Amino acid sequence: MSNSDALVVEGRVWLFPDDNLNTDLMMPQTVFGKPLEVQLRAVFATYRPGWVDEVGAGDILVARRNFGTGSSRPASLLLRRLGIAALAAESLNGLFYRNCINYALPAIECAGVSEMVREGELMRIDFLSGKLVNLTRNIERVAAPMPEFLQAIVRAGGIRERLKAEGYL
Amino acid sequence: MGMTMAEKILARHSGREVVRPGDIVVCEVDKIVQIDLMFSPAAEMPKRIADPKKVAIILDHAIPAPTVGDAEGQRIARRFADRFGIERFFDVGRHGICHQVVIENGLALPGQILACADSHTCASGALNCVARGMGPLEMLQIMCTGKTWYQVVPTVRFDLRGRKPRNVFGKDIFLHIAAVAGSMEGRNIEFAGPGVAELTLDDRATLATMGAELSAEFATFPADKTTIDYLRAVTDEQFEPAESDPDAVYAARYEIDLDRLGPYIARPDFIPNNTMRVADLAERVPIDQAFVGSCANGKLEDLRIAAHIVRGRKVARGVRFIVTPASQHVLKEAVRRGYVETLMEAGAMVTNSTCGACYGGHMGVLAPGEVCITSSTRNFKGRMGSPAASIYMGSSATVAASAVAGHICDPTPFLDGIQ
Repeated sequence: MSNSDALVVEGRVWLFPDDNLNTDLMMPQTVFGKPLEVQLRAVFATYRPGWVDEVGAGDILVARRNFGTGSSRPASLLLRRLGIAALAAESLNGLFYRNCINYALPAIECAGVSEMVREGELMRIDFLSGKLVNLTRNIERVAAPMPEFLQAIVRAGGIRERLKAEGYL
Repeated sequence: MGMTMAEKILARHSGREVVRPGDIVVCEVDKIVQIDLMFSPAAEMPKRIADPKKVAIILDHAIPAPTVGDAEGQRIARRFADRFGIERFFDVGRHGICHQVVIENGLALPGQILACADSHTCASGALNCVARGMGPLEMLQIMCTGKTWYQVVPTVRFDLRGRKPRNVFGKDIFLHIAAVAGSMEGRNIEFAGPGVAELTLDDRATLATMGAELSAEFATFPADKTTIDYLRAVTDEQFEPAESDPDAVYAARYEIDLDRLGPYIARPDFIPNNTMRVADLAERVPIDQAFVGSCANGKLEDLRIAAHIVRGRKVARGVRFIVTPASQHVLKEAVRRGYVETLMEAGAMVTNSTCGACYGGHMGVLAPGEVCITSSTRNFKGRMGSPAASIYMGSSATVAASAVAGHICDPTPFLDGIQ
């Protein structure tokens, strides 16, 4: 579905305050090949037990430096399935960022983002302009917008939808 | 304004004269490596693929299959290889960890682009190849279309000088870099300088592989005489190396004096800015398991060093010393040269080649509260089994010496007489 609204997201913030949070914390090896429900239960289960029961559709995840370091496992898909509508971090691992785009989870790097919001506040992220706003306390920051080439992949619903449309799958 | 080697390779493959950091380019991919984990009853398979000659299938993570699910996936891989006529199929018996098999078979060549779902795919940067890990869906896309996108990022250059002392290995150089430069997300790593010529391809591959642990995009080496002589012996395929221009632009430059390094370790849970000299470890750290293995350090040289260290000694009581060669070829050579017998005499366990314990899949996972010293790739909490285990990382020499001592220790006294 073509929908530019997916790239302007307003939602409640979850703030994950540590650097180097890795893919294995989001999708441990022990759930490889398990049903989706089992995989979803395991997301950040050792880092933040119970979070999967609190997170809701449309929420925004804000993280610190080097978020998503680690493996190519599709942890971004699990975050999306838990309801996360957007991700902003001080910095993102490149492989994790590719997986965000490819599984249609909009993500952005923004210096200072983890300082501009507290958990539970409302935030708007405009991936087209790169503008991030703390709607609760009216604080604003501007990052590099998502490149148009990548916007198109997210708008298409990710790579799988594209490959299907092109008759490969 | 010149270009770095990675920029040149991306430019060539996207039909551009020049690329600059920030550009997004769509490139033809030269080599597509599919690992066993990409095949499962749940995974979607393409109706058609771009070019079966570019594809290699390498079974590595879960072989021989420890679960019925893995066995099913590997059967799907075999059928896939038959259906699409994939000649480069490395099934059980010809197997090895994909990055090692790639190097042994000359699949990654200077100036080329290689894609694989494993995050340590940057390993092939040792051969002047632009290679990186991709997610499973993106691998599907590359198989189907032969192409993908890359965002050009700034490059950080490490100029290596001098010669490393005999107690310093590729892993120690990397752990030193992790201490001085920290994480590298959004940047490429490039190795340069006269010290490169002093490094074996194995050491270069360790350094390139471990770039993933700093979140680097690509980690590349120049193609020198060592590289080209090696590749000429294993492949007839033509290639065109890419050299960084003298006026290429770097985001930062570091000088690394190899002579001044010593054995390093990483403390548990992450690598960037979490490494130190073994000699500076204040507390005594007893270990339950010592592991030599992985794409980074399951190479013949690692087994040679480990065998030298344990020769005539015994693995300490209460310690499991597990050695997992990086490929069937490495294992065969290690048997032929007597390293396997020496390791076994000392009480080590030598397994078949697989990613195995490195990714916590099988063959040596850790119980809660256990401490492991490993020369493998990654020390995340839970990486090798229980999230309540602690994983320290060092060179294979440090691991073997620690296995004998029963606690983490400096390997220097054990290296007398080594060539």
